[in-house]
Amino acid sequence: MNNTVVKVNKISKFYKNVQAIHDISFEVEKGEIFGLIGPDGAGKTTIFRILTTLLLADTGKANLAGFDVVSDYKKIRNIVGYMPGRFSLYQDLSVIENLMFFATVFGTTIEENYDLIKDIYIQIEPFKNRLAGKLSGGMKQKLALSCALIHKPEILILDEPTTGVDAVSRKEFWEMLRKLKEKEITIMVSTPYMDEASLCDRVALIQNGEFLDIETPENIINKFDKKLWSVKSQDMYQLRNDLNEFQYSDTVFAFGQTLHYTDIRKEISNREIEEFIKSKNHQNISVVSIEPNIEDCFMNLMTK
Amino acid sequence: MNDNNDIIIKAIDLTKKFGSFVANDNLNFEVKQNEIFGFLGANGAGKTTAMRIMCGLSKPSSGEINVAGFNVYTQSEKIKKKIGYMCQKFSLYEDLTVFENIRFYGGIYGMSRKDIRNEAGRLLQDMGINKYRNSLIASLPMGWKQKLAFLIAIIHKPKIVFLDEPTGGVDPITRRQFWDLIYKASHDGITVFVTTHYMDEAEYCDRISIMVDGKIVALDTPENLTTKYKSKNMDEVFIKLARKPVTSNQ
Repeated sequence: MNNTVVKVNKISKFYKNVQAIHDISFEVEKGEIFGLIGPDGAGKTTIFRILTTLLLADTGKANLAGFDVVSDYKKIRNIVGYMPGRFSLYQDLSVIENLMFFATVFGTTIEENYDLIKDIYIQIEPFKNRLAGKLSGGMKQKLALSCALIHKPEILILDEPTTGVDAVSRKEFWEMLRKLKEKEITIMVSTPYMDEASLCDRVALIQNGEFLDIETPENIINKFDKKLWSVKSQDMYQLRNDLNEFQYSDTVFAFGQTLHYTDIRKEISNREIEEFIKSKNHQNISVVSIEPNIEDCFMNLMTK
Repeated sequence: MNDNNDIIIKAIDLTKKFGSFVANDNLNFEVKQNEIFGFLGANGAGKTTAMRIMCGLSKPSSGEINVAGFNVYTQSEKIKKKIGYMCQKFSLYEDLTVFENIRFYGGIYGMSRKDIRNEAGRLLQDMGINKYRNSLIASLPMGWKQKLAFLIAIIHKPKIVFLDEPTGGVDPITRRQFWDLIYKASHDGITVFVTTHYMDEAEYCDRISIMVDGKIVALDTPENLTTKYKSKNMDEVFIKLARKPVTSNQ
């Protein structure tokens, strides 16, 4: 098992009487992009803080690159790059000063590992004398990633790097992660955006401190055990109400301009659903059988 | 639609400058009554600046803007009474109970005690959380807080509610329940003005505007936009419009 870089065994954490995470176990392979996908309050940050030695688990064990998160915490801090969810650089230092600070703290120089951050840093270099606090959101994110990488970590842990970030910057960020993966850095990343799951090699879907599943994105989709329909009509608001009241209705979820519908009957065709919708006086009806996406799967697992 | 009674927000050449920086550059748009209007744009495109002006919190540098029949230059206090506002991290007061929060916000908007009691009763009934009336907000599940925050933002029956990324970080089921509440509010006559980074949510809107660098570069129904920009969905439209050529060599 030389390739396992992160090994987590039955960790739990309580805050007073609230259980934040419950018996979590998983492993991450070298060079993987491993995603923790789930909403706020699911326990993503708690897991990352335990792995980065910033928080002690109440029970269970975890090690990174063979080092125990409790007894070897100093070693772990040298091999992990961590980008917390909240921007945590020095706002009153400039871009270049922040980068130099982090390089110095880890006993290295910007020059030594420049090729690792080059692609990212070059985009903020024109602003290198600007105070970090005065950067735009996208630029802060790039600086934070550069600082987390400057000591050439084996494992990069990114807590919700794309939260509140627009769709364009999110895409660019994931492209940067892809490039880092090529450099054999193991990446753990958390996100509340379900569509980002497909960009990971494996994901853990997490809700209320428990994993709903750990799988490759493809397998999560393959495991979806229902037939899924995409349904449309002229009056979507009314359509949703009608389908919700349909006696055979299982789930009805809005998805952009269509509804995703599952039926409690196993063997049915478009016809039966169409007939029902027609009987409710809808026009421009469309009922198409579709493949689920990660969000469909997440909701399916949530309601189990 | 040129019937003026149907237009609830009207901006003509709205411009806001901070020094030499132009945050809003000659914005022209109209929002119709009862509409769900999606206000999209990359981070830093100028959405928040425009929203603050519409809420009467900041004045334009030039241009005309009318909100709920009032002029933002001279009648901003009147505007504030006619609108509701909810931002992503605006949670309610955690150390007040559900009812205390309702009473607090109702009070701010000048509702009578009787109205507050009635509306609170209806709201708690609708959400099915009557028995949590006297529970602290801190003790409620995350998803409930968000929904409750929305219902409280419209407790005074505003003409327009402004929602700034209301569903960030919310689980997918709650996110949809939240949109059900938005639809209902719009059905009940409240105009909804919403920003979001979820492009599937953009498709729930009646019309959408997309801002890039302080300008509105597109404004139409989601369907027309996807046709016009030959895209599968709003995500593609957004990427096409908002992705800028990288100035420095990447």
